[in-house]
Amino acid sequence: MNIHIKNGRLIDPANNIDAMLDVFITNKLIIATGEMPESFIADRIIDAQGLIVCPGLIDLAARLREPGYEYMATLESEMLAAVAGGITSLACPPDTDPPLDEPGLVEMLKHRARNLNLAHLYPVAALTSGLKGLELTEMSELVDAGCVAFSQADAPLIDTRVLFRAMQYAATFGFSVWLRPQDSFLSRDGVAHDGEVATRCGLPAIPVSAETIALATMLTLARDTGVKLHVCRLSSAAGVELIRTAKREGLAVSCDVTSNHVHLSEMDIGYFDPNCRLTPPLRSLRDRAALRAGLLDGTIDAICSNHAPVDEDAKQLPFAEAESGATGLELLLPLLLKWASQEKMSLSDALARVTQRPAKILGLDAGHLSVGAAADICVFDPETYWRVEPVALKSQGKNTPFTGMEVQGKVRYTLVDGKVVYQNQD
Amino acid sequence: MNNPQLNKDGELQHLLTTEGLPVRILRDILDRAANFLDLDEGREIKKVPLLHGKSVFNIFFENSTRTRTTFEIAAKRLSADVVNLNIGSSSTSKGETLLDTVDNLCAMHADMFVVRHSQSGAAHLIARHVAPEIHVINAGDGRHAHPTQALLDMFTIRHYKKEFHNLRVALVGDVMHSRVARSQIHALTTLGVPEVRVIGPKTLLPTMVENLGVQVYHDMAKGLKDVDVVLMLRLQNERMQGAALPSGQEYFKNYGLTEEKLSFARPDAIVMHPGPMNRGIEIDSRVADGVQSVILSQVTFGIAVRMAVMSTLAGSKA
Repeated sequence: MNIHIKNGRLIDPANNIDAMLDVFITNKLIIATGEMPESFIADRIIDAQGLIVCPGLIDLAARLREPGYEYMATLESEMLAAVAGGITSLACPPDTDPPLDEPGLVEMLKHRARNLNLAHLYPVAALTSGLKGLELTEMSELVDAGCVAFSQADAPLIDTRVLFRAMQYAATFGFSVWLRPQDSFLSRDGVAHDGEVATRCGLPAIPVSAETIALATMLTLARDTGVKLHVCRLSSAAGVELIRTAKREGLAVSCDVTSNHVHLSEMDIGYFDPNCRLTPPLRSLRDRAALRAGLLDGTIDAICSNHAPVDEDAKQLPFAEAESGATGLELLLPLLLKWASQEKMSLSDALARVTQRPAKILGLDAGHLSVGAAADICVFDPETYWRVEPVALKSQGKNTPFTGMEVQGKVRYTLVDGKVVYQNQD
Repeated sequence: MNNPQLNKDGELQHLLTTEGLPVRILRDILDRAANFLDLDEGREIKKVPLLHGKSVFNIFFENSTRTRTTFEIAAKRLSADVVNLNIGSSSTSKGETLLDTVDNLCAMHADMFVVRHSQSGAAHLIARHVAPEIHVINAGDGRHAHPTQALLDMFTIRHYKKEFHNLRVALVGDVMHSRVARSQIHALTTLGVPEVRVIGPKTLLPTMVENLGVQVYHDMAKGLKDVDVVLMLRLQNERMQGAALPSGQEYFKNYGLTEEKLSFARPDAIVMHPGPMNRGIEIDSRVADGVQSVILSQVTFGIAVRMAVMSTLAGSKA
């Protein structure tokens, strides 16, 4: 199968390319960009006139809810949502039921994902068995089964000796540890940032120190153990500053932020909007500004969707009782473009935060359009505006703080391994 | 963001919080309550037909005697049909959600809900959910708001002090967990009280409380100096378990209102408490039962104020 994507503007941040170049695909691979190779006969031509052709997006945090929470979403519904959002690779956290703490579960998930033939799935396995924070999982076995890193998702790891040992053990084999910094005592019962809005609304609060204390602990232990640490979903200005300092010292640490936190703050909670019940909590405007500055200067490496589909009933509750989370796969690209245009940054620099850089964090040869690379490609129209309507989303999760908002950028084609897995000409 | 309490004509559709209420509506409610009170003291007409044929549902997901009773009396004096539902936690343990319960009651043709719930934002959730002709009164949601309590407190202050613009008011105690305190602060600042103080230990004052328009004090002698009104807040026993306070005795030593501490306030200062009181913890009996205490007037005025709120809501167009 030969595919010719013609007349498009090719943006490939990893190769520093932003030019009008055609792409030629044979079977699974990109065999040329620019000039048509001799003897290439296209079986299919995709006209990308007025469109941007870029590496498929890579999402570092997407909950697919399988196994265990199929009433919220299924692998199939969420993988469809991913490719509709131009995402060709995604990492899923281990907080399923049961948690991803056994090789069999990881294999099953990978197998089911492969059979769907949509996006590539990279499970992040549990760091401790049952995510209980007591005993290590069989990390080597889990890596052999196909997991790419180890994490506690949002489950606490209170015992710092277990954390220390887990990092030591992972470092022995060069495995990555992904952690979200949150002290479980300071965050106990909390549902909103400890600031003006929580005070006004009378909501149990989570102080910034819950993030910085946990972050300081994990950075200290990462320094001592030499483990590859990825910090998930930073939320505060003080957190950004700790990462900036650690990176300046040369520590091998990376981190991400969610699209929601790039655009929203505690103010968006308004009158208890359960769509803004998110983990970590939306923080102050000053924190949001620091997160954006951290993204610009490279302190924060990547933007993730933190996709967490929730069933409608679980959101129709008083704020503190409502399930945390929002749908995000189909909004990752539009929210990235919105951020890029607000910050007046080049599309190539913006796209690097959802392609090249997350690929590096995952240790994948992906997120670029080099000759010989797998043809994981997103073709999108940067000029089309659309309104976020819950019913129109492919994801089974319909809740998002961006409901009703006008966003920019519509995915037209998504290719995974040289195969068109999504197209939309509307 | 639209104010969820007002309809498109700017009339009061629901009473959910005192925050963001236009001062004209606040004053209207207080004036209306004054009329009911005259009527009450005259003892000629106990009942008025303003809510005749209307059904008021008191749905209390949290226990309450005083508030529920005063709402019931108020609704009955307005000639409404009143249904009391003490749901406690039993219905949620049967698996029914808050909004399912509300839908069922709507199907019984409720015109007005009076809601108390342990979670902040519960009344807003219900108000967003019900049909536009149904009114919701928040009778206390979590730590967020208790607007009718604040309104009756404002009524009491106006009754004794006549004006708001020349007052110094101090709130004493657990502001952090208090829906009453939040509603009082918004009402006081809206009505033009120039100086509102909060007094308490740092563990009981929420972050950035000064952004609500109050001055923060940790010392009773300084905080009560020259105030006209002292609003005491209830201290829940749970606070001792959450490491917010060492003991009731120590709290009383620092923040309990005694005659000695009250002497820092103006000689004609009034003392109020939303009840139920913990004597010997937040307030000394000699003060609670003393000449400056207007605590029982608060309860009496509560009926008139709740009548005023209900009749205001019933008078607004859907």
